[in-house]
Amino acid sequence: MSLKRVVSVVRKEVREFRRNRFVIVTMGVLPFIFLITPMITIFRIPASASGLQVKAAVGVISLLMLIIPIVIPPVIAAYSVIGERDQGTLEPVLTAPVRASELLVGKAVAAFLPSVAIAYGIYFVVLISVRFGAAHVVRTVIFHPPQLLAQILFTPLLALWSIWVGIGISTRASDVRVAQQLATVGGLPLLALTSLLSFQVIKPSVTLAIACALALLVADIAAWRIVSRLFDRERLVTGRRTSAASPED
Amino acid sequence: MRSQRWFHRRRIGFGWQPADWHGWTITLVAVACVIAELFLLRGSAARAPVAILIVAVYAVVALATGGARAAEEVTAADQPTGPEPEADANVAEQRQALRALTSNPRSTSSQGTPALVVEHLTKRFGERLAVDDVSFSVDAGEVFGFLGPNGAGKTTTVRMLATLIAPTSGTAHVAGLQLDPANGVEIRKRIAVMTENPGLYVRLTVAENLEFFAGLYELAEPKARIAQALAAVNLTNRANDPCGSLSKGLRQRVALARTLLSEPAIVFLDEPTSGLDPVASRDVNDLIDGLRAHGVTVFLTTHRLEEAERLCDRVAILNTRLRTIGRPDELRDRLFTKSLVVRTLAPLVSPDAVFAVAGVDGWRADDAGRYTLTVSDARVAAPAVTRAVVAAGADLLSLAEERHSLEDVYLELIDDDVEAAS
Repeated sequence: MSLKRVVSVVRKEVREFRRNRFVIVTMGVLPFIFLITPMITIFRIPASASGLQVKAAVGVISLLMLIIPIVIPPVIAAYSVIGERDQGTLEPVLTAPVRASELLVGKAVAAFLPSVAIAYGIYFVVLISVRFGAAHVVRTVIFHPPQLLAQILFTPLLALWSIWVGIGISTRASDVRVAQQLATVGGLPLLALTSLLSFQVIKPSVTLAIACALALLVADIAAWRIVSRLFDRERLVTGRRTSAASPED
Repeated sequence: MRSQRWFHRRRIGFGWQPADWHGWTITLVAVACVIAELFLLRGSAARAPVAILIVAVYAVVALATGGARAAEEVTAADQPTGPEPEADANVAEQRQALRALTSNPRSTSSQGTPALVVEHLTKRFGERLAVDDVSFSVDAGEVFGFLGPNGAGKTTTVRMLATLIAPTSGTAHVAGLQLDPANGVEIRKRIAVMTENPGLYVRLTVAENLEFFAGLYELAEPKARIAQALAAVNLTNRANDPCGSLSKGLRQRVALARTLLSEPAIVFLDEPTSGLDPVASRDVNDLIDGLRAHGVTVFLTTHRLEEAERLCDRVAILNTRLRTIGRPDELRDRLFTKSLVVRTLAPLVSPDAVFAVAGVDGWRADDAGRYTLTVSDARVAAPAVTRAVVAAGADLLSLAEERHSLEDVYLELIDDDVEAAS
């Protein structure tokens, strides 16, 4: 894999996002919507609140923080391949000496960086708000090490999963809008796990957080391999299923 | 006014960005001030107004020390973006750039050796046969025309040779490498394809589009190559324009510049003048001429027969199967008998006797005083016929060889196919 080609793809993708108002507005507005509820919740919890009340409220906050890396990346990832095909830029790229894996990794990194930066940014804002404005009981639960670790580890891994699902759908979809809708839905199964952790149905512990993170990492790598195999130049160029050995890479 | 900008406005998109270390320092100081202020004034009602004040001061500084266009990344610093460049302007510079772009041995492989060898190439999409048992070869440095009606399989052939789609059967050697999935990247390094649709990123500038492809080809000196490619297509002063703002003709030129970036051994041009006005078409054709002059192998698919006739050393006519291949004049000779058209003031009294001269194989009267003679060699027959007509006492108005164009050849072959199909 050529790092230079991957970097070229990343740079091009980032330049395109920066100049796409739809992407900027979506990526800018969505996180703020997710920020409103936690902020209101945090500051409404009184110091005398019961442990159960606090855990429920913190559960909602954690869940919302983990939804951000699942919801934001599909905006970019689902567009990445089908969008290029629609605007006629994919064929020239495919005639260049770039491997499918390089192109896909470049696109994934370009979607990953802003998504994770936004997710961490929002989480950082929440942490600062809790540190300086929330009641002590809330602070204790939010700054519970396994909770922090889970949040920090899961954010990039969930984003990666969401990105690979988005790109995978993008390589097979026939329409950008369908791809974006399906990609958003594709990230939802992970919400089940995050919900269980956020609401402490599964008791978060450092071991569990690391185990879940490792499982997610394996799933992400598997998703990358599967998406690389799904990438079929012939199908993307002609819109037809490959009939012979594809001249991949 | 400052001679050097600390900030510049983004050419496209929102806001401004630091242009040099001054700008970055001011930005970092502003961020640090905001963070410090948020901590120091926590609990104070002045927190938000002070933050807004810091951002406002930063904005004023950025505007006052900036405002220029996006930084120059290639060579055309702060050049005005006027109307479309004059076609004849900077011709010498253009030629020089083209020479520099095609000076690498990879793009000027030895003349006469095949750059492309295609053997029994077939492509089937389900039940439909798109390309059927096509074989031909293209010499290095040759401009090869690939003609055919819509749906004839021209683009499919190009896509197979460019490793975009796999042939159902048959083999090919592209720029010395066998067409094989394992050689995909290596083949694509040696060729360049200009697709029918220019396929430019409309939100990126011309230079950024080329920079992206320079990265994909891993060029050693991308900026110099981009500058040369832009000069070769006479677009240096549009380097920082977003591609979305260019006319179709200029977009085609950018796409051509893209194909020239990588010093390709073979350039595939798929309908490069499709939808262009005559002036833009002429510019593209001049560039193809320039490529030929510098020994680059060009594989040109086109509908424009006069263009193919003028530009191509050899042409192939495809209609799913390869119908014919050869030099345009060879094809004419092969398909049409040579003929002379004789016009006299009045009908000849005894044409049989007049046209019974060396080199004339037969004749027919088209009109009063107009005769078409079938000849084996026009250079032998024409003087003999002239003498015979004058000797017969007739007034000769004109005598000319009937020329068949490549279009006649094309229509003859394609009409045959249409008749056979019906």
